[in-house]
Amino acid sequence: MSTNKLLSTLVLMAAVIFAAGTAFSGPNLGLEVKPEEIAAWDITVPPDGSGLPPGSGTAAEGGAVYSAKCAGCHGAKGMGGPADPLVGGIGTLAYKKPLKTVGSYWPYAATLFDYIRRAMPYNAPRSLSNDEVYAVSAYLLFLNGIIDAEVRMDAKTLPQVKMPNRDGFVSYWP
Amino acid sequence: MTSGWKDQKKVTAEPPAPAADPSLLDRRAFLTGAVKVAGLAAAGGLSGNLLATAQAAESTSPELPPWMKIPGQPFRGYGQPAKYEEEVKRIIVQPYNGIAPGAGESMTPLHKLQGTITPNGLHYERHHSGVPDIDPARHELLIHGLVRRPLKFSVEALLRYPTVSRIYFLECSGNSFFNAAPEPPQKSCGAIHGLISCCEWTGIPLALLLDEAGLDPKGRWIVAEAGDAAAMNRSIPMEKALDDAMIALYQNGERIRPEQGYPMRLLLPGWEGNMSIKWLRRLTVTEGPVYSREETAKYTDLMPDGKARQFTFPMGVKSVITHPAAGMTMKGKGFYEISGLAWSGSGRITRVEVSADGGKSWAKAALQAPVLPLALTRFRLPWNWDGGPVLLQSRAIDEKGNVQPNRERWASQYSAGNTYHYNAIQTWSISPEGEIRNVYQ
Repeated sequence: MSTNKLLSTLVLMAAVIFAAGTAFSGPNLGLEVKPEEIAAWDITVPPDGSGLPPGSGTAAEGGAVYSAKCAGCHGAKGMGGPADPLVGGIGTLAYKKPLKTVGSYWPYAATLFDYIRRAMPYNAPRSLSNDEVYAVSAYLLFLNGIIDAEVRMDAKTLPQVKMPNRDGFVSYWP
Repeated sequence: MTSGWKDQKKVTAEPPAPAADPSLLDRRAFLTGAVKVAGLAAAGGLSGNLLATAQAAESTSPELPPWMKIPGQPFRGYGQPAKYEEEVKRIIVQPYNGIAPGAGESMTPLHKLQGTITPNGLHYERHHSGVPDIDPARHELLIHGLVRRPLKFSVEALLRYPTVSRIYFLECSGNSFFNAAPEPPQKSCGAIHGLISCCEWTGIPLALLLDEAGLDPKGRWIVAEAGDAAAMNRSIPMEKALDDAMIALYQNGERIRPEQGYPMRLLLPGWEGNMSIKWLRRLTVTEGPVYSREETAKYTDLMPDGKARQFTFPMGVKSVITHPAAGMTMKGKGFYEISGLAWSGSGRITRVEVSADGGKSWAKAALQAPVLPLALTRFRLPWNWDGGPVLLQSRAIDEKGNVQPNRERWASQYSAGNTYHYNAIQTWSISPEGEIRNVYQ
């Protein structure tokens, strides 16, 4: 075997070993997922409203949905429980008995849609249509005096609503 | 002094503890020669007594117990505790009662357990929408967002991955919140502090799966989402995800329990339990946090000025005496072993001190080896109760120099309405009658 041939054989062997090494670096048992499949999984709506679906609703429309599906736990006007109060409390946070609600504490309007869609109503999450989630979000903003009853909430308008406690948080990370 | 990890770093070591109350015995009392000599002397007397007892036994020939005269029960596929220990149960709290029975918590009965490992059936629970009945054959984990190739994994595939085993505590960020109330609640030790447990978790380092998906350098956070009816989600800094985060598949050797996230949970050692997402179904790599409900409306710590601390991830340095503690009564004066648990979300426990006089003097407790970082540490100290009124306390110090604060110092950093990250010193008041009460000092 000539020196050249030996050298090229060695190079080839090294390449094979290297390739084998990379191929077996991990189990690699995950399946690649197409973007269109991910859309069905992805329900996250961050504060900027990216991920908000088509559809819309107003407080006037949301009142009926709220009475039928939310009031039983959260009270007729978002107060009186037995579940967490959703209305009132603005100006109470620095006092002995702070009342944390959508109006007094919740910092972003778009994430209201996110939470209602993923987890509410408690006994039937993911049962509301997108229009209904927009409408209930609008109704809660209206009850807290943040928007008017006729203002239509959709993917464009909801993230633009400025919440009273928007600047009420101090990040401890990093 | 604070429970917040950030402020804790600024804390300097406290002055050395003054001479302790003489009722607190040296932590090495039962290992030293002096006690052995005393023990031998006592043993001399004891052997005579034992002989007399044996002779008495022979003359009265007590009846053999039935379990020595008939064969016992045959085998069981899955063992259960002794029926005489039936009252050792989690303490269930359902704040919404019937309207949301699966929202709330069950607490570990700390005062009925010993050692540091929590049995799986007694691990605390905190659910926002009950315990889902997930068929592992239909569950998948999706990793997507700022990655080179989005991947989904079946449970079967993940069970083939290389694993590590680690002993870690998990503590709910709301643990001990009952003690944030203006008046001390008269509940058992477990019913006050039992939102903490410690297990050996076996799982896949999260970094390994992220590496397979290929991280985009722009990805600085990961949003973890649950596959239950609350679809709970939290944003996690990439630093933690690549450090010691784990996809846990096993708990104390067996597959993870449904109430702990079956078929898999995220585990973020030392950080708020709420972030260790159970029933994990999705990890999204993002540039920033998504400000989910659980990191804005909940799990944020209201301060006196009305603003709230957010992303206060590590749990503060903390300890509690579990024996003796509320939930039990003293059995007369004399010898007791004071014993309890200490932990810190910032690393190892280096020292635990015990006071029998409400914090005037302190004695160093013995720490049970191995003392592991981000795990429960058992401390012990022999004690000779003279039958008088006593205020028992423990105070933990971790390897970063963080010192567990007293209640006043803890409360000073928060609004009166804050219920998260409570890590103040617990005081048990023992009356001459042997009653143990929760008091504030």
